[in-house]
Amino acid sequence: MVTYLRQFGTLLGLVGIFLFFAVQLPGTFVTAQNLLNISQQISMLAVTAFTMTIVMVMGDFDLSVGSTASLAGIVAAVLFAAGWPVSAGVAAALAVGIAGGIFNGVLVAYIGILPFIATLGTLTMFSGLAFLISDGKTIFGRDIPPEFAGFARSGITLAEGVTLPSMTIAAALVLLVIFVVLEHTTFGRRLYAIGGNIHAAELAGINVRRLRLSAFALTGLGAAVAGLMYASRVASANPTQSAGLMLDAIAAVFLGMTMGRQGEPRVLATLVGVMILGVLDNGLTQMNVDSYVREILIGAIVIAAVATSSFGRKRA
Amino acid sequence: MERLSLIGLSKAYDGLPALRDVTLHLAAGRVHALMGENGAGKSTLIKLIAGVVRADTMQVMCDGRSVAIASPADATRAGFRVIHQELNIVPQLSVAENIQLGRPFPRRLGLLVDWRQLKDRARAALEFLGAAHIDVTAQAGDLPTGDRMLTCIASALTVDPDVPAPCLYVLDEPTAALTASESEKLFDVIKRLTARGAAVLYVSHRMDEVMRICDDVTVLRDGQHVMTAPIADTARAAIIEAMTGQTVRDGVLARQTPIADDVICTARGVRTARLQGIDFALQAGEILGVAGLEDAGQSDLLRLFLGLERARAGQMKVLGGPAPTSPVQAWSRGIAYVPRERRADGLMLGMAVRDNALLPHLGDYGVFVRRATESARTRSLAEQVRLRFRDAVQPVGQLSGGNQQKVLFARAMAGKPRLLLLEEPTRGVDIGARSEIHALIRGLSAEGCAVILASSDLPELLGLSDRLLILQKGRQVALIDRAALTPADLLARIYSPKAA
Repeated sequence: MVTYLRQFGTLLGLVGIFLFFAVQLPGTFVTAQNLLNISQQISMLAVTAFTMTIVMVMGDFDLSVGSTASLAGIVAAVLFAAGWPVSAGVAAALAVGIAGGIFNGVLVAYIGILPFIATLGTLTMFSGLAFLISDGKTIFGRDIPPEFAGFARSGITLAEGVTLPSMTIAAALVLLVIFVVLEHTTFGRRLYAIGGNIHAAELAGINVRRLRLSAFALTGLGAAVAGLMYASRVASANPTQSAGLMLDAIAAVFLGMTMGRQGEPRVLATLVGVMILGVLDNGLTQMNVDSYVREILIGAIVIAAVATSSFGRKRA
Repeated sequence: MERLSLIGLSKAYDGLPALRDVTLHLAAGRVHALMGENGAGKSTLIKLIAGVVRADTMQVMCDGRSVAIASPADATRAGFRVIHQELNIVPQLSVAENIQLGRPFPRRLGLLVDWRQLKDRARAALEFLGAAHIDVTAQAGDLPTGDRMLTCIASALTVDPDVPAPCLYVLDEPTAALTASESEKLFDVIKRLTARGAAVLYVSHRMDEVMRICDDVTVLRDGQHVMTAPIADTARAAIIEAMTGQTVRDGVLARQTPIADDVICTARGVRTARLQGIDFALQAGEILGVAGLEDAGQSDLLRLFLGLERARAGQMKVLGGPAPTSPVQAWSRGIAYVPRERRADGLMLGMAVRDNALLPHLGDYGVFVRRATESARTRSLAEQVRLRFRDAVQPVGQLSGGNQQKVLFARAMAGKPRLLLLEEPTRGVDIGARSEIHALIRGLSAEGCAVILASSDLPELLGLSDRLLILQKGRQVALIDRAALTPADLLARIYSPKAA
């Protein structure tokens, strides 16, 4: 009973928060359009958090995702400004994401630096690189091709005035891919084995280094996707615009981890974490709660969720 | 006079009873053996006494007074000292700090740590234990395993000036990591402790030790009390029968199939960072025992064949090719390994039996997971190793030590190995599981798998090995046919400084 309560406590929390806003904001919160809005608002965080889950499954971290995302946005925008076609700019930005991830992976898996320290270093490096490439300026206006900025505004019309945003679809596709990778491939199972006992995994013939490298590469790729989505949404790119994604993504994975039987990250649980953060943000904004108060609340909720879960675990 | 009574101990985990209404009376000045197979409830009982786990029901009477034990601090205050089987050591701290760990450090001016007194106390404790050779300023992580165990024991033995003398010592498999001579010192210490009027609860799988140093014995089976009797009136066979619920031969299965001719691996004059003069050829089905003092290079020898060590000189041939350069390569070429520390180096405790057993062989199932096929494979492996478990998705951490060890054997057998590397395969495993594991090793050997078996368990080495390779400080000092050896010979060669 206690076990179930612990496992589903976070999910119940999401339902509770949802009901709270539904009651507090009658007529505006629970509407198809608002819910789809929320899904679009959280789509960038969702992509970052889903891919963050991959490294966290192994017990690692990637603090550089925010910088990677900003850098990817800048790279694309600079190339657009230089006259590159959208597809080429996007491809280059994604390649930058993968390269950044591989760099992290080399530092962590092959050189053996703690992920916290390695990615803290690359966080600063990638951020500096973004400033360097953009000359510290925001790239916007005519430099951003309309078909790039248009992506974030497009969608599939479901009914009169109700549109399923392309950003939501993109996040859902990323979720599907990562769900299959983590839960239904031997690659994913090996990652979980590394998270379970990295030393034992190595002795059992798991290629720990290569797997860690590829996991970091995927997280870098995910960060680049999120950065491009962000740039498309605001139709501009500046060197710090995605910096906030990192803390929220880690918070979302942690919220999800409270639902794991052994406290392990699962991507569907990360989705619940992302939704908690997204619903809170949307609801509190609608209630005109000051954004600083919002931050205090979100931090407190993450701590409360993790605390109740570890308390429940100790007793069980 | 009874010093301590533990009455009606019960504990269930997730509704599964681990201990059911067990009562134990411990007398002052006597050593009481607690025996039982893995999963019988010994560890649970110790955890309850130590206050690590809350009992469902438990009454503790100490010298006629009722004591409540709800936390490790309560247990210490009640005068209980528990030496756990898993080494509780902080590798980054000095030996002296480790010995005082969990109790207040001596202070100067009530504020600063009095390092001199701390070291003096630690030295005194080690001296009492006959382990004065351990440097109290050394980092605990740098010590060999045996010395670490001695440090833990010393920690339980120190008496702080302002705390009443301990009335109960609980020792859980204390000799598992000790050499014969270190064990002797420990037995001597136990004698001195009981002479001071303390009660000792001694948990061990080693029948010889129990028969020698204990006064009484209690046997648990399936969480229940089976028997308590003075050792003097109890036959060895009766204890084994009480533990297993059946009559088991306390021996090792003898070889029944001949060794094949094809050579699985050879090492000619191999030298590594720690090894020297390694020279042998191993044939299919042969079992090569590796003997030596604690940390004489047994692990290094196995690591060489697992691809974790490189030969710096000499020639190696393994399964028709060069020596593997990584565990990935080793497993994929048919080399399997059962590590010495199953929890630290072997298992993902939170993961399913299935995932643990099939881990090195996941590639055989393609890119996508096929859970039904894998579960079926796990069940058939489980049957081969006679694993007692609920189902293929049960987390390994819920299994008893012996069954965890069998999961590692299932993992090794899953790939149909041609060379099996074993390190202390029956350490901390009960008698029933031990003979089952020996039968597994025999079975693999009969199928043509060559085995390198490093063990400190002499009956096991002598019972299973066809030849014995003896190491001293990393050097191969002898390679002898089992038939030409008596136990006394083997001991002499392990200890003798100039054995040829």
